[in-house]
Amino acid sequence: MRRDRLHRGIPVSAASVTIRVDRAFGPVVEGEAVVSDEGFSPRYDLDRWSGVITRRGHKLEGVNIRDKILFFPTAKGGIAAGWAFHDIKAKGIAPKALVFGVTNPVMVQGAVFANLTITEGWSRDPRECLRSGDIVRVDPAARTIRVLKRAQ
Amino acid sequence: MLRGKRGEPVRRALRLQFEVGKFYGARRFVPVSNVHMMGDIEVMGDGGLDHLQRLAQSGARCRVPITTNARCFDFAHVERLGQDAGEAAKERRLIGCLREMNVVTTDTCINYQTVYQPHFGERLAWGDTGTVIWANSVCGARTNFESGPAAMAAAMTGRVPEYGFHLDRHRRGTFVVEVATELKDFAEWGAMAKLVGESHQSYFAVPVFAGVKQAPVADQLKHLGAALASYGSMAMYHMVGVTPEAPTLRAALGGRRTGRRMRITRADIERVFAGYRNPDGSCNFVVFSGPQQSLLEMKQLAELFDGRRVHAGTTVLVTTANSVLASARALGYAQKLEAAGVAILEGVCVYILQNLTRMRAANGWTNMISNSAKIVNTITAHKFNTILRRTHECVEIACTGVFR
Repeated sequence: MRRDRLHRGIPVSAASVTIRVDRAFGPVVEGEAVVSDEGFSPRYDLDRWSGVITRRGHKLEGVNIRDKILFFPTAKGGIAAGWAFHDIKAKGIAPKALVFGVTNPVMVQGAVFANLTITEGWSRDPRECLRSGDIVRVDPAARTIRVLKRAQ
Repeated sequence: MLRGKRGEPVRRALRLQFEVGKFYGARRFVPVSNVHMMGDIEVMGDGGLDHLQRLAQSGARCRVPITTNARCFDFAHVERLGQDAGEAAKERRLIGCLREMNVVTTDTCINYQTVYQPHFGERLAWGDTGTVIWANSVCGARTNFESGPAAMAAAMTGRVPEYGFHLDRHRRGTFVVEVATELKDFAEWGAMAKLVGESHQSYFAVPVFAGVKQAPVADQLKHLGAALASYGSMAMYHMVGVTPEAPTLRAALGGRRTGRRMRITRADIERVFAGYRNPDGSCNFVVFSGPQQSLLEMKQLAELFDGRRVHAGTTVLVTTANSVLASARALGYAQKLEAAGVAILEGVCVYILQNLTRMRAANGWTNMISNSAKIVNTITAHKFNTILRRTHECVEIACTGVFR
């Protein structure tokens, strides 16, 4: 509801949207945002050969994560992420960054091992100020995420 | 170590740990005495295997005792399951690398029932979430979720960054679950974990179970913990009067005031079971796995299947550890299961079996029925429709071919 209002009724300029994050690792990246209402596990939700989210009924079912900047409220489950990010990076289907509301150490260990940008904690809920298709920049050292361009 | 005095592999391992510690604001490293890692070709992929081969060739060795989790092949069943021979060969290479690096390849996710029982306060670096939640909750030992590369790093450096469940402040209960019904079957413990985990998904959420009328046995705690970790990403729970850091509710909460409570009633548990759908009515795939079966679970299954036959066209898989299977054979449990037509797989877990998605399609398995709430959750990436049922109900479905 809120997202609809932001995007339909009240124009929000790209420059005005900055999200501060609590913890971050990795290089600065820019790319297309995919904003999810549901948590994520590369083990339970992802086909690690195609990069497509295949779990039945996942809110992002059918979405390809390659080169995307992924926003998830939570991390789910398993230990597998430790190897999985390194594996999907080697296969060329890794996302550019993982932005979590709340994550777990496996995601962090896996991202660090794969040298993949990861952040946790956000000052504004991306579900309320971003939408999938927006182009964003994640700067781990500055602990900020900025919108560069709105989705059409 | 960071300057490379103990070699490049150790320098890189410590670097990884340092960055993870920095992310979480760790102030120091603490020594660990036991490590358990997940590393199989299905999860590691070719990139992971290359990494391990390079590590082994460069002389990297583990200095702390380290065991391995369940893997994706039981080599005796590769053909029968229609698994890929090329991937099986890679798995063998991977195992060779691990052994070269001084890793004890136990291939079990129930190390706490078969290999190593940590003491109160002992610091560990364990992988597989089910092992972590057991160590923290039931033993009062201290470990975070340590994934494959992180666990291997810990075994090489002998330490971990001190954050998360190494710190007292994260071990206190964060909410209370009042258990207002008596739970019996493993599936009922798992059903409760699903309700608690799904509604409180967070690594730092620590439920305190209160009011449990009958103290659970080890395998019930195993299913509870494995499912909490799976649905909730949780690494610790307390049970008042049962687990070591919860002599009282007050102690479990560690002075924290919590207004958040949830209550689990019989109706809640029954609703979980009633909530599973079976669109095509099929029930030709029944699984006892995730976690691997303990010897006492093998005994129970042998008794339930004794003198019966698995329904024609139905596949029943049981997974267990090599050591448990040896005992189950010596005691005649394995023979009873096999006589009934049950396939026993060793050293694996069903949801990580290599080629499972194609195996599912080739065998016409649309539904997976299990008494493990954990596997009912984890296997869904392979497009199974999953159904949780109590142990005796699973056996009944397996032998009659009738879904209920």
